[in-house]
Amino acid sequence: MEIYNNHKVLFTVALVFFLTLTLFVAILPAANNQDQNAPLPNSKPLNPLETEGKAVFIAEGCTACHTQQVRNVEMDKVFGSRPSIAADYARNKRIDIWRNTATLMGSERTGPDLTDIGNRQPSDDWHLLHLFNPRSVVPASVMPSYAWLFDVKEYKSSDDVQVNVPANFREEITGNIVASHKVLALVAYLKSLKQTPLPSGKAVPIFLYGKKHQDENSTNTAGSSIAKPQFDGAALYAANCQSCHQENGEGLLGAFPALKGSKVVLDEDPDIQITIIMQGYNGRVSEGYGVMPPVGTNNSLKPEEIAAIINHERSSWGNKSRKVTEDEVRKIISQLKKQKITK
Amino acid sequence: MKSKFVPLGLIFFLILGTSGFVRAQDSDSVPNASDFSPAPGPLVYIIAAFVSLLSLAFWLLRLSSRLKKESNFPSPDKSDVEAHINDFEAGQLKKILDHKNYRKLNDSDKSDFLTKSLPIAFLIAFTAIEAHAQAPASTRSPAGSPGMIIMLVLIFIPLVATVFFICLKLSRLVRITHYRRIKQEARLLAEKLADANHMTAATHEILLQRKQALDFKLSNYELEGHMEAADRTGLLRNIAEVSSPRFISSKRSASPKHNIDPRLVKLILWYLGTAAFWLVLGTSIGEYMGIKFVSPDVDHVSWLSFGRLRPVHTNMVFWGWSSLAMIGLGYYVVPTVSNTPIANIKHGYVTLVLMNSAVVAGTLLLLNGINNGGGEYREYIWPAMALFASGIITTLYNFIRTVARRATKEIYISNWYIVAALMFLVVIVLVGYLPWWQNGLGETVVQGYYMHQAVGMWFMLFNLGLIYYFLPQQLNTPIYSYSLGILAFWTQILFYTTIGSHHFIFSAIPWWLQTVAIVGSMGMLIPVFSGTTNFLMTFRGNFYKIARTYTLPFYLVGIIFYFIGSTQGTAEAFRDTNLIWHFTDFAVAHSHITMYGIIAFLLWGFIYTLVPRLTGHEPRQSLVGAHFWLALIGILFYTIPLMIGGTLKGMSWMAGKPFIDGVMLMAPYWLWRAIGGSLMWTSHLFFAWNLYVMIAGRTEPDIREEIISQMDHLPVETNL
Repeated sequence: MEIYNNHKVLFTVALVFFLTLTLFVAILPAANNQDQNAPLPNSKPLNPLETEGKAVFIAEGCTACHTQQVRNVEMDKVFGSRPSIAADYARNKRIDIWRNTATLMGSERTGPDLTDIGNRQPSDDWHLLHLFNPRSVVPASVMPSYAWLFDVKEYKSSDDVQVNVPANFREEITGNIVASHKVLALVAYLKSLKQTPLPSGKAVPIFLYGKKHQDENSTNTAGSSIAKPQFDGAALYAANCQSCHQENGEGLLGAFPALKGSKVVLDEDPDIQITIIMQGYNGRVSEGYGVMPPVGTNNSLKPEEIAAIINHERSSWGNKSRKVTEDEVRKIISQLKKQKITK
Repeated sequence: MKSKFVPLGLIFFLILGTSGFVRAQDSDSVPNASDFSPAPGPLVYIIAAFVSLLSLAFWLLRLSSRLKKESNFPSPDKSDVEAHINDFEAGQLKKILDHKNYRKLNDSDKSDFLTKSLPIAFLIAFTAIEAHAQAPASTRSPAGSPGMIIMLVLIFIPLVATVFFICLKLSRLVRITHYRRIKQEARLLAEKLADANHMTAATHEILLQRKQALDFKLSNYELEGHMEAADRTGLLRNIAEVSSPRFISSKRSASPKHNIDPRLVKLILWYLGTAAFWLVLGTSIGEYMGIKFVSPDVDHVSWLSFGRLRPVHTNMVFWGWSSLAMIGLGYYVVPTVSNTPIANIKHGYVTLVLMNSAVVAGTLLLLNGINNGGGEYREYIWPAMALFASGIITTLYNFIRTVARRATKEIYISNWYIVAALMFLVVIVLVGYLPWWQNGLGETVVQGYYMHQAVGMWFMLFNLGLIYYFLPQQLNTPIYSYSLGILAFWTQILFYTTIGSHHFIFSAIPWWLQTVAIVGSMGMLIPVFSGTTNFLMTFRGNFYKIARTYTLPFYLVGIIFYFIGSTQGTAEAFRDTNLIWHFTDFAVAHSHITMYGIIAFLLWGFIYTLVPRLTGHEPRQSLVGAHFWLALIGILFYTIPLMIGGTLKGMSWMAGKPFIDGVMLMAPYWLWRAIGGSLMWTSHLFFAWNLYVMIAGRTEPDIREEIISQMDHLPVETNL
């Protein structure tokens, strides 16, 4: 054929073909998405410290292991209350003349998704300890240590944020381990990562591949279906509590209190325990322990789930306390809500 | 053989049925376990029962019909003796001919009533059993409650066992009858042969002729004659006589040094040398990162932290090793298939310097924590990438001018691929780096396009161009089909361009764009299948050559991985498979199967083919073998555990297990990855050494050249 004997025609045709396709699958959709999406009304732009933190996040290549996208599939529900939509990324703009818009969505989850990490883990102490050495709070973690983002000072000033690193992770450092400006910015950025609620009236996208059709099938086989699903307290504890209080319930000395043998956990009356889970706790800050975030509210745990977690805590690590029913939990939570309203 | 499968099949079905039942129980008690398939317990049982009974019935039928045949064989008549003569060996015929005596044997015409009646009896018994076996199956309660299932199993097992043992007995009977028949037949024949009355002169003559025919032997001089061998036309070279057993077989040596412009040779060697340097350095970094998965606290140095090293590794092996090696080889292939010298050698050096400085600058910037925003494979900020792109543009200009000056009428297929790859890479880099469509989600759309086009439209396309030259050249045969090459070229452009977004399935980018990407990934099967067919059909009839060279194994592995890796890419693109594999280590395995299994293996094959012809120096064959095997075993150790682990991790996520469970279950697979990575890395050291030997030539001094040069120094006898 003539085309294969004429280099001008052949290469021009191939290039035009490729350019046309490129225009339709890349350039036009990209330009369209850039122009058609505005930030959600409730979302806030990053403040200067958080913007600095984002720069650290990019420079250290965090996106190699952490995604920032809640996909519209059931398995991603643990990372956010709704699937991410285009508007969530509308504030992500070109960084400066040298650097492109940051790639935040990521393509690998060696570590968990961070879309909603600000809600899931709002504790400064945890983040700092975790960044100094992830294994100090999550023993099985393979995340790198960012110890070089911390300073060692013989005498700390009143402005310094000290990090209470457990002895076996101090790497023979004798002075005070103090958070640098960079790492404080990074933590501020991480804490700013929260899913913005959709404005009322806007349809919330659904999670696909849910368990609905599975339930239908299981009810068909008579006799084998169980009326009420049982919640796995150990798994829920691992997902919501373990990163601070640890798998063995012993917490970390000087950072996160132990639940093993804890007065609150062993108390027959679960009132205080549930209140702490739902509203957070700062009663032991003077002892050096961190502030506990309202995990139950942040992670929107259901009363059944909280009951399962509490009962796991009450019956593990040698704890032997009364088991709590779902109804009790429900009652206490509704009381808490009422108090809030009356306040 | 069949008798062995029946019990195995039975056990398999029993296990399957039980596990299905157990799974059903599990998913009911654990609410988080998302088991999509309905409990198949009862259904599997019915199928298992039916299939096992059916196969048993089939076996029984076969046995009884054989038994019938064996017991009803016709008695041999006289003509049989002649019919059997051809079956005897020479020695056996000798014995028959030598046989003088015969013995009269008693008639033993035993009644075969038993053997005749047995199958019928068993058939009756079987149908009765079958009727029983069907009975519980038909009365099976549709509810399939555990108690009922256990009861059915309890009834079913002895029933099947009984039928099975009957079959065993029957097959023994068939064997005995068969043996008895052979013996009887033999006895009758022997009687006839031994009987002098039967042994007519004609039969004797036939026996003698047959023996003579069998005794015939060649003298081994029929074709050769008795003259000394001589190669008067100089056809033979590299004659190797082997007198001892070889542990490592010696391969065919490369063809002698070609007459190529030494300036071009030097340029190509510079490309390949720097490429090998980046390979060794880039994979050392990769190896170190693999170790970090096993031992995350191995260092706490900012420059060596995982997040910074990862883009250093990927970009170095992309833009350093693979790209430089490809362009270096391109500087040989493009002018060769155009049958014309390269347009400008100096431009080649310009590209060499630009590309290498891009990698140096980009690497240092990345180590310092300066990157372009984290998009995979475009982590180099634009000034570094601009160096790279200008190198590509220079070479593109050079190659197009060379093609334009070609001495052939048509443009060889290699040059379509190579020039297209260079043109497309320029477009891809521009789309990926120009700022006007990159804010918000636009960045993600471009990222999907960029990362995948860089892989498929640059590395793959360029390598396909190279293989269309090197493969036929090494096999000494034309490419199987030019048309398939044309088809693959255009469909590759059509489909590959559209598939970038399949990295963001279920993300916030438009649903239609995701669907287009999935359809495009499906369409990629066309160029992949036609390419693979083309290469393997070119191999057809030449497979014996693989074992005789040290280069072709690299080609074959590359082509096989081309098929596996690309098809795997299609499989990963679907929405259902994305649920399991997306975000897991499966993707890491896939990218290594493609960039290493395809691209690196092909490049090594090309380098081992080309460089000895440029320099005249060959590497040690055993060291090339060491490189090949370490790399191949390494990549398998690397990818297979990651694929298994990635699948398990995805399943644990789907089951709603805590995230840290997925990290913990990967530990053994990450260890295997580090082991595989170490093997791969070691193989690169062998490669670097081999390349050094090929370039610097630490081979034996050539005695022939030596003789000529010595003679030059001797006084010339003038009186001749």
